[in-house]
Amino acid sequence: MSIFVNSDTRLLVQGITGKEGQYHTRQCVAYGTDVVAGVTPGKGGFDMDGIPVFNGVQEAAKHTHANCSMIFVPPPFAADAIMESIDAGIELIIAITEGIPVLDMMKVKQIITGSGSRLIGPNCPGIITPGQAKIGIMPAQIHKPGGPIGVVSRSGTLTYEVVFQLTGQGIGQTTCIGIGGDPINGTNFIDCLEAFENDPETKGIVMVGEIGGNAEEDAAEFIKSNVTKPVVGFIAGLTAPPGRRMGHAGAITSGSSGTARAKIEALKKAGVHVCENLGYIGGICAEIFQS
Amino acid sequence: MKIHEFQAKQIFRKYQIPTPTGGLALDSEKARQIASEIGQFPVIVKAQIHAGGRGKGGGVLLAHSLDEVSQHAKSIIGMNLVTHQTGPEGKVVKQVLVEQGVNIEKELYLSLIPDRETSCILVIASEAGGMDIEEVAATTPEKIIKVYINPLSGIQPFHCRKVSFGLNLFPAVMKEFSQMLTRLYQLFIENDCSLVEINPLVITKENRVLALDAKMDFDDNAMFRHKDLLEFRDLDEEDPLDVEASKYNLNYINLDGTVGNMVNGAGLAMAVMDTIKLAGAEPANFLDVGGGATAEMVENGFKIILSDHKVKAILINIFGGILRCDVFANGVVEAARKTKINVPLVVRMEGTNVEEGRRILKESGLALFTADDLKSAGEIVSKIVVSQ
Repeated sequence: MSIFVNSDTRLLVQGITGKEGQYHTRQCVAYGTDVVAGVTPGKGGFDMDGIPVFNGVQEAAKHTHANCSMIFVPPPFAADAIMESIDAGIELIIAITEGIPVLDMMKVKQIITGSGSRLIGPNCPGIITPGQAKIGIMPAQIHKPGGPIGVVSRSGTLTYEVVFQLTGQGIGQTTCIGIGGDPINGTNFIDCLEAFENDPETKGIVMVGEIGGNAEEDAAEFIKSNVTKPVVGFIAGLTAPPGRRMGHAGAITSGSSGTARAKIEALKKAGVHVCENLGYIGGICAEIFQS
Repeated sequence: MKIHEFQAKQIFRKYQIPTPTGGLALDSEKARQIASEIGQFPVIVKAQIHAGGRGKGGGVLLAHSLDEVSQHAKSIIGMNLVTHQTGPEGKVVKQVLVEQGVNIEKELYLSLIPDRETSCILVIASEAGGMDIEEVAATTPEKIIKVYINPLSGIQPFHCRKVSFGLNLFPAVMKEFSQMLTRLYQLFIENDCSLVEINPLVITKENRVLALDAKMDFDDNAMFRHKDLLEFRDLDEEDPLDVEASKYNLNYINLDGTVGNMVNGAGLAMAVMDTIKLAGAEPANFLDVGGGATAEMVENGFKIILSDHKVKAILINIFGGILRCDVFANGVVEAARKTKINVPLVVRMEGTNVEEGRRILKESGLALFTADDLKSAGEIVSKIVVSQ
């Protein structure tokens, strides 16, 4: 078992003919992901390594029964690409693109609500169910198939570090999801926690957050009353100066809200095992999950 | 991207949002000339820096004569203005805004921000204008009005009514206020703002609505469609090292510590800063070279870190994903040859092609410490700077 993606996922790639799109599509195919179509307006009728390319998402989905889309479209056109997939009824949309304007994402968020589509990202590494499907840009080799741990994170390389340490301890993963570092994103911590809680093969959860917003505080509230599985948490940004945007558009504290300290306290109160020093998270997970 | 008050007011006027009569002066003579054109007193002389809290720091002064205008302009231009937002080092004032004084009946607070929870534009308003709004929100939350506007519908008359009734406005000013709010919303959307704040927005004794102050911040991600706004950028208001880094597309923030560091990915970069701190040292910067960093970016990263004279040691932590470890290692070797790295260097690498990357570093003959994992990387670098 896993959440959101598995070996039945039929992937289409928006922006498949671009440099990034091509490179990462090939990586996904090499991992065993079932990539059935690509979309690049104006390149319909061509193919990329034998994968048929279409002018639009609806047409691609009709011919290939794709149920998931991965987006590599550049920021000025990315919101449009997401909305095209929503319009075509794609169940799961994974937006890798970094740098989409906030106002564009606000509109996307309003449109996707109640639509039946789920968005992961934007500005995220994607999602991987080790051994079944990799949809994103994460390095595949650091993952270990078979579970029993689910990983959810707001960051990219920070997630790789966590997964690397888990695998180093011999702990496999059911699914690892990067929900993205932007202020407005699709799937949030709570959606993932709920899915992991309901997934019988996931026995424990690692949640990786960072400064900015209050998604971690909301997640803590949810964990307190809804999550029975053990959760290990990490929050980046204890040393971040207030009022400065730390790389991610969403990673900024204002006043006393959004600080790492406040998030750590909220998680601790919810019974989460918080690791404050990233170097130790593998060891802590081994201790918590194997007991 | 932040801009100055006088620039924000230029944009306000383009949207017919009323602001006091006035002009910008770089010296006292020009200030005097503007005041004489205004033709009546009092006149306000306001320091133009990006930080808030200018009044308390002595950067906003009232003048009742032309001589007083000259005097105030002289004292403010060139002064080192320290406010709660500039930090203790303050900011040198280069220019002042000279404006007509107004007869204030009521001072209000008004701002628009994108709300990340609801994906709406949030209008925040309060009758407690002219004060620190965070303090108002903390002590008297009932004085804060919040109205959420769905970006798909845009602003409607009922939104304006909610705000005006909430502010207990006189019927005589409601129409003008609603018009102003509608224009402000348009300005916000059309310029991809991340903040528009007017504090105070005043109702004059003549029942006019007037933006006495103006603060604007823009979404950096949307600047590709606002090339015209880029001319408002004032590089003097930014940290010189930050500016240098932005030329190379590096994500850099200068901090107070002594351990320079270079990491790929923003979240991991923050976590590495924390690791340095937890090991007993202080990070000198935040530097994310990004997932798709090239050898050239790594080289530029080194240049930036080394031009910060506080740096006593450098920690590099790379998790190779898109950025392969061999590419990165070549970048380090290249940079070390071109720039003199005169402080100890600790490298920790993991991920794609790590073996090849380690071999390149080893065979380069560079004097560097290698760490097997993040934990020991933090400990090694901290030991180096603490022992110095």
